Amino acid sequence: MKRRMLGMVLGLCALPAQAAVNVFACEPEWAALVTELGGEQVSVYAATTARQDPHHIEARPSLIAKLRRADMLVCTGAELEAGWLPVLLRQSGNSRVQPGRPGHFMAAEQVERLEVPAVADRALGDLHMDGNPHVHTDPRRLLRIAEALGERLAAVDGANGDHYRARLGEFRARWQQAMAQWQRKAAPLRGVRVVSHHQDWVYLYDWLGLVEAARLEPKPGIPPSAAHLSSLTATLKDQPARMVLRTPFQDVRPAEWLATRTGMQVVVLPYTVGGSAAAGDLFALFDETVARLLEAAP
Amino acid sequence: MNRVISARLAPVLGLFFTTAVAAQGSVTSNAFNPAISLILDGRFASFENEAEGYELPGFMLGGEAGLGAEGFSVGHSELVFSANIDDQYYGQFTAAIADHGGETEVELEEAFIQTLGLGAGVTVKAGRFFSGIGYLNEQHMHAWDFADAPLVYRGLFGDQLRDDGVQLRWLAPTDVFLELGAEALRGERFPAGGAANDGKGGFAAFAKLGGDLGESHSWRLGLSHWRADVEDREAGGHDHGHGHDEEHASFSGDSAVSGVDFVWKWAPNGNANARSFKFQAEYFLRDEEGDVTVVAHGATDEGRYDGTQTGWYAQAVYQFMPRWRVGVRYDALDVDNDVDDAHVAEHAGLDAEGHTPERWSAMVDFANSEYSRLRLQFNRDESSADADNQVLLQYTMSLGAHGAHPF
Repeated sequence: MKRRMLGMVLGLCALPAQAAVNVFACEPEWAALVTELGGEQVSVYAATTARQDPHHIEARPSLIAKLRRADMLVCTGAELEAGWLPVLLRQSGNSRVQPGRPGHFMAAEQVERLEVPAVADRALGDLHMDGNPHVHTDPRRLLRIAEALGERLAAVDGANGDHYRARLGEFRARWQQAMAQWQRKAAPLRGVRVVSHHQDWVYLYDWLGLVEAARLEPKPGIPPSAAHLSSLTATLKDQPARMVLRTPFQDVRPAEWLATRTGMQVVVLPYTVGGSAAAGDLFALFDETVARLLEAAP
Repeated sequence: MNRVISARLAPVLGLFFTTAVAAQGSVTSNAFNPAISLILDGRFASFENEAEGYELPGFMLGGEAGLGAEGFSVGHSELVFSANIDDQYYGQFTAAIADHGGETEVELEEAFIQTLGLGAGVTVKAGRFFSGIGYLNEQHMHAWDFADAPLVYRGLFGDQLRDDGVQLRWLAPTDVFLELGAEALRGERFPAGGAANDGKGGFAAFAKLGGDLGESHSWRLGLSHWRADVEDREAGGHDHGHGHDEEHASFSGDSAVSGVDFVWKWAPNGNANARSFKFQAEYFLRDEEGDVTVVAHGATDEGRYDGTQTGWYAQAVYQFMPRWRVGVRYDALDVDNDVDDAHVAEHAGLDAEGHTPERWSAMVDFANSEYSRLRLQFNRDESSADADNQVLLQYTMSLGAHGAHPF
């Protein structure tokens, strides 16, 4: 009996080296990044798909059940998931992923954010007081997040620390090389005027030097209205823009409506991993994003 | 012209944002202050019958049960404070400010702490909270899809069951959502009463099962049970419409409620931005046995009461385009009360008068943003034999912190 107990204890001690770390990722881009850095040592669940708007997700029972068993939570933060993640955290009964624990990783906290509101007034729309949360659309910021996430994985799963650091080094090298290529290809995009649906691409513009001429939403989080769209046709006539960008989860009609009246092209960017048939991982996501922008460029 | 354009485009271009970027590090929206939100609720109500004369034959009404004021009125204004207390606890406080009989009353609606760090799927909540039974019960009134409570909630719980006590929940480590919960309660608030057994008069238990079907569908099924030793539960009694102000009834005995609830939600690919659908239904059965005392016309009468009341509702809400939703709801109740004194039964409101209450409701609402909603609702209310047509125009707005809503 005693020997069996000892065997069980030894078995339990040996477990962390074999069992995969269970990661709950709020968005597909973080699920993909965890897979890049963790490989076979992690088992990742993506709570949302590229066809869903991460602002508006139901705190579904299935998500609570998944978070209950997670060793680690990887989300965007900066209030992107404010409408649903707090409910999941409180109902999960899982201490490992609560704020302040190593298993609680917020990507937006790792980088500098743009569009931090100077005034907190909802008359200006649904503001994120911690700045624009869509940080993954800039590969430079994504690399900084990868570096922090690699270290965090090593902290959560100490037994495999070297594994994560090695994979991080490999990812960094491949990513920097890819980034140099994207930047070279995207050079013609610098200064091109574009219209966005929501404030999804601020970091992409920051990286590629695209100029945001207007937004379809009159205020952040307020759906495009007929009045606002017709005012945009007037202003865009004076100062035209080349293309209107939208994500796969956003309403088709406002972008199409404006495009037909102003001669702009509608470009659907994958926005995240899985957002198009080709965007199967983070490298393909940016390959595809740059390629689609170039197709519509002058 | 250029200036006009730039003024119009300023919000679009984000000129209200600082050009500065956030410093690296922890994201804190309001430092250590709790998240504060204030819910403003106001309405215009039109009834054909007198609101004061409202009754549900066969039910001793209590709590918030009733139609509310006719004409213009503000409903429940709620002030909510919540925050993580430390790494182990979360706390929430809700004060409801409402008019009752011409006087403004502040009521402590919720005041609880909840554990965050126990692990193993276990969560303990203590204080005053909405019981975990049913589906609607745990949600705040302002999150409901209709302006009033289902008849079964009105009749059995006085709109909503909440009490002081402690709640234990356990979430199973499975892919299917399975949660078990139990509550020990003070038993002072309607439909309990008297805080029996030295302030441990009530008990509740519930089980919830849920999951997804593909990307577009999700569901939850719940079973619940609540019971209490009831001492002198006061009820409004039966109103004849000719003013027996001193008439009131009270109940002492055992009360037990069992229920089943179901909710199903649909959104194309799980993206509810443009369209979504929600169906929910709940059924409750209450068994009561004990003594009823009626004070009327200066005389006190007692009767032995053994009754069963059941009720259910089903509702469907469809969001057909961004911000716009329509919904329908059907309510029905059934009563089988046995009181050994007809006079007591009549004056306590336990006489079903051969009527089975039912109600049809339809609503349309518009949410300009996540923080504001306007709603128009129509009820064909056959709560009593005297059918009523009711029109409700309601606004529900929330100021302050972004609330996270449960499923």
